[in-house]
Amino acid sequence: MNIGNLIKIAFNSLFRNKMRTALTMLGIIIGIASVIAMVSIGQASTQSVKGQLSSMGSNMIMIMPARQHRGGVDMGMSSSKSLDNKDLESLRKGTQYVAAVSPNVSTSKQLIYGNNNHSCSISGVAPSYLDIRKYGLKEGAMFTDDDVKRYNKVCVVGQTVVESLFTNGENPIGKTVRFGSIPMTIIGVLESKGQNGMGDDQDDIVLAPYTTIQKRFLGITYFNMMFASATSEEESELAATEITYILRANHGIKGTDDDDFEIRTQEELVSTMSSISKTMTVLLAAIASISLIVGGIGIMNIMYVTVTERTKEIGLRMAVGAHKRDIKMQFLCESVILSLIGGLVGIIFGLIISFLASKLLNMPYVVSESAIIISFLVCAMTGIFFGWYPAKKAANMDPISALRYE
Amino acid sequence: MAKDILKIEKLERIFRVGSEDVHALRGISFTITEGEFVSIMGTSGSGKSTLLNILGCLDTPSAGDYIIDGVSIKSLNNNELSTLRNRKIGFVFQNYNLLARTTAIENVELPLFYNSDIPAKERRDRAIEALKLVGLEKRMEHMPNQLSGGQQQRVAIARALVNDPVIVLADEATGNLDTRTSYEIMSLFQDLHEKGKTIAFVTHEPDIATFTTRKIKLRDGQIIEDEPIETQSAMAALQAIDAQKEDTI
Repeated sequence: MNIGNLIKIAFNSLFRNKMRTALTMLGIIIGIASVIAMVSIGQASTQSVKGQLSSMGSNMIMIMPARQHRGGVDMGMSSSKSLDNKDLESLRKGTQYVAAVSPNVSTSKQLIYGNNNHSCSISGVAPSYLDIRKYGLKEGAMFTDDDVKRYNKVCVVGQTVVESLFTNGENPIGKTVRFGSIPMTIIGVLESKGQNGMGDDQDDIVLAPYTTIQKRFLGITYFNMMFASATSEEESELAATEITYILRANHGIKGTDDDDFEIRTQEELVSTMSSISKTMTVLLAAIASISLIVGGIGIMNIMYVTVTERTKEIGLRMAVGAHKRDIKMQFLCESVILSLIGGLVGIIFGLIISFLASKLLNMPYVVSESAIIISFLVCAMTGIFFGWYPAKKAANMDPISALRYE
Repeated sequence: MAKDILKIEKLERIFRVGSEDVHALRGISFTITEGEFVSIMGTSGSGKSTLLNILGCLDTPSAGDYIIDGVSIKSLNNNELSTLRNRKIGFVFQNYNLLARTTAIENVELPLFYNSDIPAKERRDRAIEALKLVGLEKRMEHMPNQLSGGQQQRVAIARALVNDPVIVLADEATGNLDTRTSYEIMSLFQDLHEKGKTIAFVTHEPDIATFTTRKIKLRDGQIIEDEPIETQSAMAALQAIDAQKEDTI
């Protein structure tokens, strides 16, 4: 008996019991649909966690001066004055894995424009700060290295600052705002970034050339901290090692002496977060695959019923010349078709469910090809595995007693 | 001289029931030659079903030999027996054994499905031919439940003929039919016999046996009678019934 005839016979007998076939398939459909949906939702959440973290700058590295102790008293975080221009220059020139460096000096001032005033923190940074922290410009321009060199009184402001100072909808570009007693000109407005993971408003900032803050506002030569970005997320650790090495050399720290600075990378956080969400994905898929096994057992159950019900037919087929193998193939074919069709429908449902979930939960829609291929193979395997014993039972029937079976 | 279709020699069949041996067949021998229409008679327990199973290659003898169309089945395995059934034997059963929800023509085609030498086109042609032979060419697309008992048995006979067997084995083929339909079926068998088919017909009804050309009678696993008989015409019997009916009306 050739395979075309087998498939035809299998379809005929599945069609004969439409309700039963549909219900048996439902088991597989639910199993496959839940595996696909779970894997896809899991992967989507991994992606969205990663996306959120990298919007903060996933390859960002923070360099802070170490805590200083004076007379046994801890002076607080970043209290030493160990980072300066020399460090900035050597990090810019002598590194392989560091893409950009920006110092950071901050102060807090009252901003005044017309009748409005707004109190916020002002960060003195280098132009590369925008890239490192993944800020975009909405209007105007970032200040340049030339502005840094000349201590120019220019600044770039965040959306929150614009809203509280320019209440009548004026264009802030080119306007001069008083920072305490010092007038500064706004040359750019940052794109809104919203809150960060901790709930802080990332738009309530003012960026100015670090030299301007150092010389005109604070009268200092050191930096409060520095930001750097690694050439890629994976190379964050290498970049951190490199920075450590250079800074130790610059600061003349020998042997096992403690660093006078601290380095933190984002990469660690990202990998922890994504490994948590990967574990969740595996867990969800494992739970979903239990329903697949239940579906498979449903197939086995129905195949046993079918074989018993069709004992006479089996006897007849054997009497007119079917080999054991023909009978076995006939029933295997039936269970494989049952599970494959169930699998296909399940994949479609799974994709629909994950699409709806992604819309509802506001996550990216991820189609996992590997999950689809694997679940299709699992379906075929399920059909063969759970169809094998019923088919074998059918093939091993004695034709004489099968013919007499009532 | 006509060719031997099947030949059994000192055939024995012993079943083991618990710790006891039951002798269903106790060394029987006979030969059926081409073109014979043999009835095998016996009460239940006489061993006729066991004999039929062996003749149909569904069962193998415990001792003795069985040669069908020159092939000894002694040395054959299950698959070879299946192929032998497929090519050389046509079965007709008491309860028709048609596949439900399958058209008459598909039922007739069934044996040819298991013969990979026959392409789909030829399969269909031969099935149509067989259905014409039993007079059902107008009912080819009917399902079994749309056919009367007699028509269903005709489909079953067409199925038995479709592989052009060396012998048709009928097991109580009229057992589920009323007298008139039985005679119709026997008349069909007589037609087939006239066309040269070899038929072995198992029955326990003496009047059915009178339509055959030779009677073999079994009792307790042994042949007690094996002789040619004077063949009655089934057609004549049919007409007699109809005449009787008209009288009573």
